Amino acid sequence: MDLPKTISDVHNGLIKGSFSCIELTKSCLAKIKKENKNLNDFLNLTEDLALEQAEKIDGKISRREKIGPLEGVSVAIKDNILVEGYKTTAGSKILEDYVAPYDATVIEKLKKAGAVIIGKTNLDEFAMGSSTENSAFGVVKNPADTSRVPGGSSGGSAVAVAADHCLVALGSDTGGSIRQPAAFCGVVGFKPSYGMISRYGLIAMASSLDQIGPLANNVEDAQLIFNIIKGKDIFDSTNIESKKTKTNEHNLKIGVPKEFFGEGIDKTLKERTEREINKFTDLGFELKEINLPHSEYALAVYYIIMSAEVSANLARYDGIKYGFSAKDRNLLDNYLESRTKGFGDEARRRIMLGTYALSAGYRDAYYNKAQKVRTLIKQDFEKVFSPSADGVDFILAPTTPTPAFKIGEKKDPLSMYLSDIYTVPANLAGLPAISIPCGRVNGLPIGLQIIGPQFNDHLVLEIAQIYEQSNQ
Amino acid sequence: MISREQIEHIAKLARMELTEKEKEKFSTELSSILDYIDKLNQVETKAIEPISQITGLENIVREDAPRKEDTRSNIRDKFIKAAPAKKDNYFKVPKILE
Repeated sequence: MDLPKTISDVHNGLIKGSFSCIELTKSCLAKIKKENKNLNDFLNLTEDLALEQAEKIDGKISRREKIGPLEGVSVAIKDNILVEGYKTTAGSKILEDYVAPYDATVIEKLKKAGAVIIGKTNLDEFAMGSSTENSAFGVVKNPADTSRVPGGSSGGSAVAVAADHCLVALGSDTGGSIRQPAAFCGVVGFKPSYGMISRYGLIAMASSLDQIGPLANNVEDAQLIFNIIKGKDIFDSTNIESKKTKTNEHNLKIGVPKEFFGEGIDKTLKERTEREINKFTDLGFELKEINLPHSEYALAVYYIIMSAEVSANLARYDGIKYGFSAKDRNLLDNYLESRTKGFGDEARRRIMLGTYALSAGYRDAYYNKAQKVRTLIKQDFEKVFSPSADGVDFILAPTTPTPAFKIGEKKDPLSMYLSDIYTVPANLAGLPAISIPCGRVNGLPIGLQIIGPQFNDHLVLEIAQIYEQSNQ
Repeated sequence: MISREQIEHIAKLARMELTEKEKEKFSTELSSILDYIDKLNQVETKAIEPISQITGLENIVREDAPRKEDTRSNIRDKFIKAAPAKKDNYFKVPKILE
């Protein structure tokens, strides 16, 4: 059968009886099994769970019970989010055989809404990377060009959506890990405001930045998932009640930061993005050039804060409580061997960078300095969004400086880090940001990024939908 | 610039072992990352407060007692079960005192 493309297609198809949920789920699983050898977007399938859920939904339909919008919809889950009873590896050898003892809050909510959880997707080890080449379980390939990376770290989730292996997927975004792969694979990827979605059951990378979010074929589907998984949770103390923001009645103003079109950007991508941004004037928006002067420091700030938090968060992998253990007879040797054998190069690089930035004598120069510049980055955004200073309502920019690069192309870690240069600022400032497909450059998908004021998640989604519809 | 001795010290703090070749590799890589990060010194931050919580939350505290949600579905047993070595209801670790 032809797999439906959107959540409403699934819903209508199920109600009309065009297909059963079991049929749909089985076709989806069959497609993955056929294509995963090549694309490598899935690490594990949660087949039993999926079929059990599908059967339940078919039962409801046959009893003529009403079904909710998400019932029967296949969802793929990034393998750093816990699904009880199934392996959760975080793309790392150190968690190769780790079986999740409970459901993450987002999973509990998805299950309750009737979603069919189909499998766990590949990622850079502990979500550290921008290409999904850092997975301990092999490289993921971009379906638009299999010699190229899908982006990362939620590369498996982006590919799963782009290759019709699921309807929607969950990813996590610490410095661009949802938006960058979404842009590279030509799908929608949304990072909500920091604190909007519970991270209970998300394997922590950098806790002041990590956020779970959806990847989907269109904005409406991403919005639907967001509305289901958001909300207050007693298990995540950084989680906040979603604040209702009203849409502005006046003509909305768009800021275009000139710092996001500077050095390092691909020329064709730049021209294409500018062309797409200019379309917004036809849609009734007013364009205004803005400055985010400290954004040039965002990546440097990010690499200090993120790796400092990584070094603390990954200290828990000690070969004692869970995961891979070298089972040495001496405690120190057991720590050393478990961690040395368990972590890959990028994880070790970041742990060491963070350990250095927090070590005696360096903390002020690096970590405290970075936290101060982070304040300046946040203030830049507050200024441009300030209503009293004739501010703008949202910001448009490219998601990435280039389209997807070749597998193996970026050998030097710093050049890899630079591919997150336009996505990192929203994480540092805790802002909602979405990447939506805005055409192709040399046959490769690129993304347009919409960044909104803190907690204006709905505005960002609304604007994304207006743009998407104008392109149809 | 990060020296070989510094790399050895950091690796020890982080409880990881490096081969001679890795020490070389990581000291070069970390040095070039730190060179890039040095651009932060161009920013004047004397009067700036550091950010540690982006949504402005402060000190979320609760009673130091298990809530009913904390003990749901025998989660303690499941955690113990996940350990590489265990005895009764405890994680088992190698002996550190003779």
